[in-house]
Amino acid sequence: MSDHEYTPKSKFGKWFNDRLPLLTLANHLTDYPTPKNLNYWWTFGGILTFCLITQIVTGLVLAMHYIAHADMAFDSVEHIMRDVNYGWLIRYIHANGASMFFLAVYIHIFRSLFYGSYKAPREIIWIIGIIIYLLMMAAAFLGYVLPWGQMSFWGATVITNLFSAIPLVGEGIVTWLWGGYSVDNPTLTRFFTLHYLIPFLILGLVVLHIWALHVPGNNNPVGIDIKKPSKDTVPFHPYIVIKDGFALLMFMIVFAFFVFYTPNILGHADNYIEANPLVTPAHIVPEWYLLPFYAILRSVPDKLLGVVAMLSAILILAALPWLDTSKIRSAVFRPLYRQFYWILVADVLILGYVGAMPAEGLYLLVARVATAYYFLHFLVILPVLGWKEKTLPIPLSITEPILGGSPNLATAKNKESLNK
Amino acid sequence: MKNFFKIFSFIILFSGLSLSTQAAEKVEYLKTDWSFKGPFGKFDRAALQRGYQVYTEVCSSCHSMKYLSYRNLAEKGGPEFSIEQAKAIAASFEVKDGPNSDGDMFTRPGRLSDKFVMPYDNVQAAQAANGGAYPPDMSVLVKARGGGVDYIYSLLQGYEDPPAGVTLDDGVYYNKYMYGNKIKMANQLSDGLVEYSDGTTASVEQMSKDVTTFLMWSAEPHLESRHQMGFKAIVYLIILTILVYFSMKRIWSRIETEV
Repeated sequence: MSDHEYTPKSKFGKWFNDRLPLLTLANHLTDYPTPKNLNYWWTFGGILTFCLITQIVTGLVLAMHYIAHADMAFDSVEHIMRDVNYGWLIRYIHANGASMFFLAVYIHIFRSLFYGSYKAPREIIWIIGIIIYLLMMAAAFLGYVLPWGQMSFWGATVITNLFSAIPLVGEGIVTWLWGGYSVDNPTLTRFFTLHYLIPFLILGLVVLHIWALHVPGNNNPVGIDIKKPSKDTVPFHPYIVIKDGFALLMFMIVFAFFVFYTPNILGHADNYIEANPLVTPAHIVPEWYLLPFYAILRSVPDKLLGVVAMLSAILILAALPWLDTSKIRSAVFRPLYRQFYWILVADVLILGYVGAMPAEGLYLLVARVATAYYFLHFLVILPVLGWKEKTLPIPLSITEPILGGSPNLATAKNKESLNK
Repeated sequence: MKNFFKIFSFIILFSGLSLSTQAAEKVEYLKTDWSFKGPFGKFDRAALQRGYQVYTEVCSSCHSMKYLSYRNLAEKGGPEFSIEQAKAIAASFEVKDGPNSDGDMFTRPGRLSDKFVMPYDNVQAAQAANGGAYPPDMSVLVKARGGGVDYIYSLLQGYEDPPAGVTLDDGVYYNKYMYGNKIKMANQLSDGLVEYSDGTTASVEQMSKDVTTFLMWSAEPHLESRHQMGFKAIVYLIILTILVYFSMKRIWSRIETEV
């Protein structure tokens, strides 16, 4: 890293910093050289940190009033909504906050896909990100069970039952997960415990995610390696801080709109009916952010293979740095990849849509085609594209774009004459 | 900045989509003007009080409202009965209490702190009295139904003779807004069924609207303060965003890069 040696000015600061270099860390964070051409798609990292903190803080307050018991959970949520001071506000922020968190994380992930941020030397950042994303899905699912409404109960039943697809030990695992022979009070209490634990695991991983980011530094829209610090970079503070802050405020306006004016629109009405093991809802659907994977699950006729397909759809992302064989990071210089990128975006949106529809007729057919295409994109199109695609010339630096750039990043970098 | 608007419109589009997919699932419900809709929406106090009257005189013989207390009737943002009125309402109900020092249960007149008295002791008793169907608790009913207030409002007015070819069992009625059109609740409302003390004509439409308004309040008792706080919060955020935007422009003007 290009950190210059830092010495605190005050005597006490020096004394303290010699023993615990917190001031060096703070100095590193403020001075951290950041590419100056980062666009607004890059502000979602900061927004996601805000989302995580918001969920943890509101969640703590909710946990003070919530009762994790099958007979009392639903009542305690209504108690929060009615009798706890500003309980309605805290709960609506937490419930909509989950959706906002996923909205931001999807933008963050697709930004990475577009600009090739997952490529060397940032594979570890990317893989930590995938683990965070998996934990987010777990936390969101567990949290959705806690109000103990109809969708909570039946969603929990459907998802935990997926484990029964595992040969031989499946049934045993499901009983073990439930703590009994059906989703019941033991299930609820352990879900609550895990829901409380996971955000702190995520927090730890976020620290690693940022640490891993600060080793190579940020990727940027041009996708080239830059010298740090140089004319191409700005210090994180104040430039990036104020820009992230501005974007965060815009995001908060959208967030506030949901919380204050349509707080229940992203939830399902059935979850205001108390859980009833004897009545199955007409359609059991997960929250919107899990729909694409739900569509993949249902598009495979075999239960075990469906579960495998769904898990693979997520885990395949972890192999992305090696599946994408192109040396060029940014889609800006990859005309063909750019088109396939947008097809993938459309494909995922289609999967999300059919995931919300009943799995029959045309919907099922569309879900199958879209699922097949999803895997085709990662397993065939990306590797082949890397070898075949004619990329555009890339610039050598951000400040001096297109100076006899070569389509091959490695050769361009190696030409001493072009690198001052 | 151009890029920024792209992102922002993307988020708006997402929000719009989520709103419209909800709308797409709806059957054509009867329309009426709800005073509580929109960012400045407030409850119509008189409608809430009339709605409470319809609930007690008609619905409450079968439907419980277990999350409401009599004190709620006098609280801000609700029907806003005076404390005396609410006390009188509470006292008009017999509440089971106890055990006393002799170990016996006893009944006493209701107090403000009591929950709304339930029509049946338990779900089984309710089912036994209603041909096997459980009249759902109405505290959060409008939030527990896809169409919300429009659905409840329509359902109350949706009773019809079944079309030719549809046969109904005993105790099952035809309602064009009910899922599957078959409902175990008979038509409850008829013109002039209740006598409103404020002189409003108690038409079926009027009663449906009043009681649905009351149910919206019971499901969202803090709706008014939510709307008011939302307006303040969003105005505050917009002003702050504008200030931060100009600070950002100023800071970034030190280097020759567009933000």
